[in-house]
Amino acid sequence: MSQSAQSDTRVIEVNALARVEGEGALYLRVHDGAIADLKFRIYEPPRFFEALLEGRDFRDAPDITARICGICPMAYILSACQAMEAAAGVSVTGPLRDLRRLAYCGEWIQSHVLHVFLLHAPDFLGYDDSIQLSRDHPEVVKKALKLKKLGNQVLEVIGGRAVHPVNFRVGGLHCVPRRSAIEGLTDDLERGLETAIELTRFTAGLAFPGFDDDYLSVSLRHADEYAIHEGRIAGSDGLDIPVSEFETHFDEEHKAHSNALYGVRKGSRGPYLVGPVARYNNNQRQLSPLARELAAEIGLGETVTNPFRSIQVRMVETVYAVEEALRLVRGYRAPEAPAVEAMPRSARGSGCTEAPRGICFHRYDLDPDGRIQAARIVPPTSQNQRQIERDLRGVVERHMSLPDDELRWVCEQAIRNYDPCISCATHFLKLTVERV
Amino acid sequence: MSEVISHLGVCPKGQGDARRPARDAHGGSLLIQCVGNRLRRDDGAALVVADRLRAGGLGSVVREYWGEGAELMQAWEAVDRVLLVDAACSGATPGTLHRFDPLKGPLPRDFFYYSTHRFGVAEAVELAKVLGLLPPRLILCAIEGGCFSAGDGLTEPVALAAARLADEILSDSSCPMGHEAGIVRHLENPSL
Repeated sequence: MSQSAQSDTRVIEVNALARVEGEGALYLRVHDGAIADLKFRIYEPPRFFEALLEGRDFRDAPDITARICGICPMAYILSACQAMEAAAGVSVTGPLRDLRRLAYCGEWIQSHVLHVFLLHAPDFLGYDDSIQLSRDHPEVVKKALKLKKLGNQVLEVIGGRAVHPVNFRVGGLHCVPRRSAIEGLTDDLERGLETAIELTRFTAGLAFPGFDDDYLSVSLRHADEYAIHEGRIAGSDGLDIPVSEFETHFDEEHKAHSNALYGVRKGSRGPYLVGPVARYNNNQRQLSPLARELAAEIGLGETVTNPFRSIQVRMVETVYAVEEALRLVRGYRAPEAPAVEAMPRSARGSGCTEAPRGICFHRYDLDPDGRIQAARIVPPTSQNQRQIERDLRGVVERHMSLPDDELRWVCEQAIRNYDPCISCATHFLKLTVERV
Repeated sequence: MSEVISHLGVCPKGQGDARRPARDAHGGSLLIQCVGNRLRRDDGAALVVADRLRAGGLGSVVREYWGEGAELMQAWEAVDRVLLVDAACSGATPGTLHRFDPLKGPLPRDFFYYSTHRFGVAEAVELAKVLGLLPPRLILCAIEGGCFSAGDGLTEPVALAAARLADEILSDSSCPMGHEAGIVRHLENPSL
């Protein structure tokens, strides 16, 4: 980190942004009190997963793409599965679909709680990290760790393990979990719901930096449920399209300062928002009565325009995910077969699910033998990258009078609003603020 | 092993169930956690140690992790002794072996920058210390890396250090406590 200040020039440099998954940097140059340059850079070398998939059997995609992220492997696994199932012309329904949704609830719980209490909450309370937070709020952190563990437990029961689960395949599962293992989750989920409610109320006492934006919220939307793992793509601008039309309406641009691609809405070429706030803005009426009641209690309206309140939305979604998991466990019916058969054919297939950070889109072109001819993966953080830069401009303009250290703090906090998974977006982050 | 894993017959790739660590002859339990990323060159040093320990017969107590701290902590709940192995990036000569006892002082968090997640090894240990969640005995061994760029394979000095560390851990399998004694002695070895 380096800083300099000369007359009308202020320079703040942070060479590593902590508590963000991966490696990246923010460069901010302020001249005469106005933003002269702002770049949110991602410089982990691209992972080239798309190229790695070319020539592989279509059934390999879920397990390979799961390796893109250790926090949200389900997003990659299920988006890939759905794309391949679409290409094969099969759909996964009934109890198998319920097991997928249950596993995805586990991923939301563990990912959201990890981010809220170990990475983001310290920003709001003036702590450098969760270790300081735990000195003053040990019981809160202990409860958060237990809740995160519950999410992992759900994933383990269905997927065989929490990190990079191994039991999912195109068409369903390799093996149906034992009924006793599913039902064994009930007591822990009931206790977990109480914990999630308590931890959600904890966020009501946080102070949120002032900043609002009129977001173009983009998420999945499902006719019958709060969309997690399935649905059409909806925008707060009225967009309502099948997943297969994603590339007709959204594009990615490359900028020299970042390895990740920037998601843009075609036409306006403007930024758009994916993730918890976008989901909430588009679908909050489909949350459970308890989740909606809690949202109102902690100060969330029907639409969220302050991105710092994303920490609260994550907890509302956590409550919903625990409730939903409990509902699915209580109503569990064992599938008759672990999977439906998906036969290869020459086709294009698209899939999209709601990773904890936002929609994760996959598209594959297959040859008649089911070999992958082309692959495209659009992770949530690259879709959000342009919106993050726009938020940062707004946050800096709003808080320009702050001393450099405090401005840097609020910038980092703003980036963490997105729980950016940089390693996914590049297919790892640093912070530089310069006032000249 | 969790019921579902047992039922599925799924052997998690290179990993067992960390919630049920192997127990030693004295009823205690031991867990060796190897943290890293094989696709970031020397960041995979601990995983090469894991490979060698498994080949040497310690597969039942060796687990691999990608670096998310909470996951490491969850595995400590029912464990008496933990040996954590990770790569380090401190500026020391590549291949240098570092050894830390968290009870003797805070861990140097910058050493472990290349853990994949910023709530990583050092943060997990320090958080567990504050919350009283550390196992009774925990030692962290770290191998200084030289190259953390994308790609597989360790640099030569790091590969040699990984082999040396694994061999030291495995070195005393003939004593009454078997590998366990070797590891304990290794943990107490001030020359490391």
